[in-house]
Amino acid sequence: MTDLLLSRVKADDLSRLGTDDYVVNMGPQHPATHGVLRLVVKLDGETVKQTTPVLGYLHRSIEKICENRTYPQCITYTDRVDYVSAMSVNLAFALAAERLMGIEAPARAQWLRMIFVELQRLASHLLWMGAFGGDLGALTPFLYGLRERERILDLFEMTCGQRLTYNYIRIGGVMIDILPEFVPRCRSFLDYFEPKVDEYEDLLTYNPIFLERTKGVGVLTAEEGINCGVSGPSLRGSGVPCDVRKQQPYLFYDQVKFNEPLEQGGDCWSRYKVRMNEMRESVSIIRQCLDKLEPGPFEAKMPPILKAPPASEFYSRIESSRGEMGIYLVGDGTPKPWKAKFRCASFNNLYVLDALTRGWKVADIMAVLGSFDMIVPEVDR
Amino acid sequence: MVSLAANIIGFVTDILHALYAMVGLSFWAAQLDIVVVVVVMFGFTSVFVMFLVWMERKVSARMQSRLGPNRVGPFGLLQTMADAIKLTIKEDVQPVHRDKIPYFIAPIVAFVATFMGLVVIPFDKGMVVQDLNIGILYVIAITSFTVIAILTAGWSSNNKFALLGGFRSSAQIISYEVPLVLSLVPIIMTTGTLSLNGIVLYQQQHGTWFIIPQIVAFFIFITSATAEANRAPFDIPEAESELIGGFHTEYSGVKFAMFFLGEYVAIIVSSAVAATLFLGGWLPLPFLAFLHLPGFVWFMLKLLFIIFIVMSFRWTFPRLRVDQLMDFGWKVLIPIAILNILATGFILLLMAKGA
Repeated sequence: MTDLLLSRVKADDLSRLGTDDYVVNMGPQHPATHGVLRLVVKLDGETVKQTTPVLGYLHRSIEKICENRTYPQCITYTDRVDYVSAMSVNLAFALAAERLMGIEAPARAQWLRMIFVELQRLASHLLWMGAFGGDLGALTPFLYGLRERERILDLFEMTCGQRLTYNYIRIGGVMIDILPEFVPRCRSFLDYFEPKVDEYEDLLTYNPIFLERTKGVGVLTAEEGINCGVSGPSLRGSGVPCDVRKQQPYLFYDQVKFNEPLEQGGDCWSRYKVRMNEMRESVSIIRQCLDKLEPGPFEAKMPPILKAPPASEFYSRIESSRGEMGIYLVGDGTPKPWKAKFRCASFNNLYVLDALTRGWKVADIMAVLGSFDMIVPEVDR
Repeated sequence: MVSLAANIIGFVTDILHALYAMVGLSFWAAQLDIVVVVVVMFGFTSVFVMFLVWMERKVSARMQSRLGPNRVGPFGLLQTMADAIKLTIKEDVQPVHRDKIPYFIAPIVAFVATFMGLVVIPFDKGMVVQDLNIGILYVIAITSFTVIAILTAGWSSNNKFALLGGFRSSAQIISYEVPLVLSLVPIIMTTGTLSLNGIVLYQQQHGTWFIIPQIVAFFIFITSATAEANRAPFDIPEAESELIGGFHTEYSGVKFAMFFLGEYVAIIVSSAVAATLFLGGWLPLPFLAFLHLPGFVWFMLKLLFIIFIVMSFRWTFPRLRVDQLMDFGWKVLIPIAILNILATGFILLLMAKGA
């Protein structure tokens, strides 16, 4: 019967009967939580053939703007580069600028910076955990994560008045000293929070459905990760020790004891596990910093107008919540930088999304994207 | 010993017949009785669905350390009423190139089919709209109508994403029909009757509820029923609205409300069947029988218990991927259900030989 039908179809019709790729556009507005990222996905039925990210929906020319602002004014812009992890970006810029100008922040400021950056790491990972669960359909961890995050944001608000874009870590130190009630409140928060990580792991980590969605999905080998410039927890999930805090310690990270969580699987589950363990390590680091906090000035004595020497350049690297955050500053003798380049972890991490999802299903794109903790303002700047 | 329910029903029937006589319609008494019963059923279920929507929002909120609706009415009880009013006064946005008649019919079929499942559920001894002697077969057949509604909705929307969502949803529902039915077969084998009332009476005679000997079937049934209602963790059709719209993308206002309410009625029907078959329907808890609560109250308590379990799945588990969902249905649930049937048959044979 089909032969009869086919014989009536002409030869060139047959070629036109070939299958097309099914192109689906995800975003730029997701109900999922990643911000304005657009993914053009070519599908063969359910299977992904290619994922093309289209960037730029959140581009705000921050790097160009920084060329027209004085160094302290740039710090406000660094908050917006990664607003989920604002303290880290502030720190990276402050470290770069201090190095250019030969300023050294006092010890108390360094300890304070460490405390706030690690608190920020906790806050960022809590938001990540919520978003990752939400992408996979577990809607409840989102609210638990935000509940803990509120306490951290209360600590931030107590110190610098802001909950999201802090402008707290300045060149030469920090903006203002902590209040006396900060230390006991921080300690009580850490005591409250430490068992909560175990609670959230109970909910997700060995849940059979969660395991099915994340184990073996999006496997990134160590070699691929290094070649493609992946960094941070995403690379540590593939077993590569790459923590900048260990390799090129900044602030006083060489004076605190902490482990670098590694997992060997390279799949979404491993990356998830690494971040959960990082939360525990951050708690330990903050406790040590609180113990070692000594009284002193919170910012260095600096000239009223900060000028970098002419033809100076420095690339500062820190370990932000997502990976290696680097800022390359070029100074030219004026109060404004000649160039500020932000090397953001999410931009480089996004590159492997295509390779990791080919041959997998549509739902796996969300799992992989979530496990990389992609933040779009970092990608687009 | 006539139950309280039978007393009330007898009393109300007498009043109604008197009313018919006053109006001169005694000839149609039987048919009018049916109309009244159906209207009462419909009203009760609508109110119950509204309560369930409120319950889901409150339960999910408490599980997520939030409060839930608490402004509209005492404890937010009128929230669903407000939502229903909102949906009715919304503009009915319809795609221009839709298939008009199927587009109109799909939500109606979804709504009506699920309601019809409630006809055979015994709420108390003798309190059932129609005690069909093919009760279980009827319920399963009727709930399969939702597949037609979903496919029709997906197709008539003229939206390739809605169509895809409709296909996936119907594939899921059809796949999970099989373990659903297979899990009920051992109970039918044991009791020898398809009538739901008969099964409750069997549990009364033998003193144990079927959840104890048929615990495996209970879990399979609850899982399949959750999948049938497109609820998490099997809510790929709903979750696809992250990426692609589900089958109800192109529906707004009252039509969407019908799909939404139909989903809740499907949950009620499945949970009612589970409560009747596995938890003894209107039978009291053996050690609490001294309270002399009417059977209706016991049934509602059991129903709410199972509904609570089904609801809390949604807020606890992540979603299954489509292929994992199908794998689970075909490769895990069906073999277990078949093994359960074999084991039950074997034991029944042994008991018959021994007797």
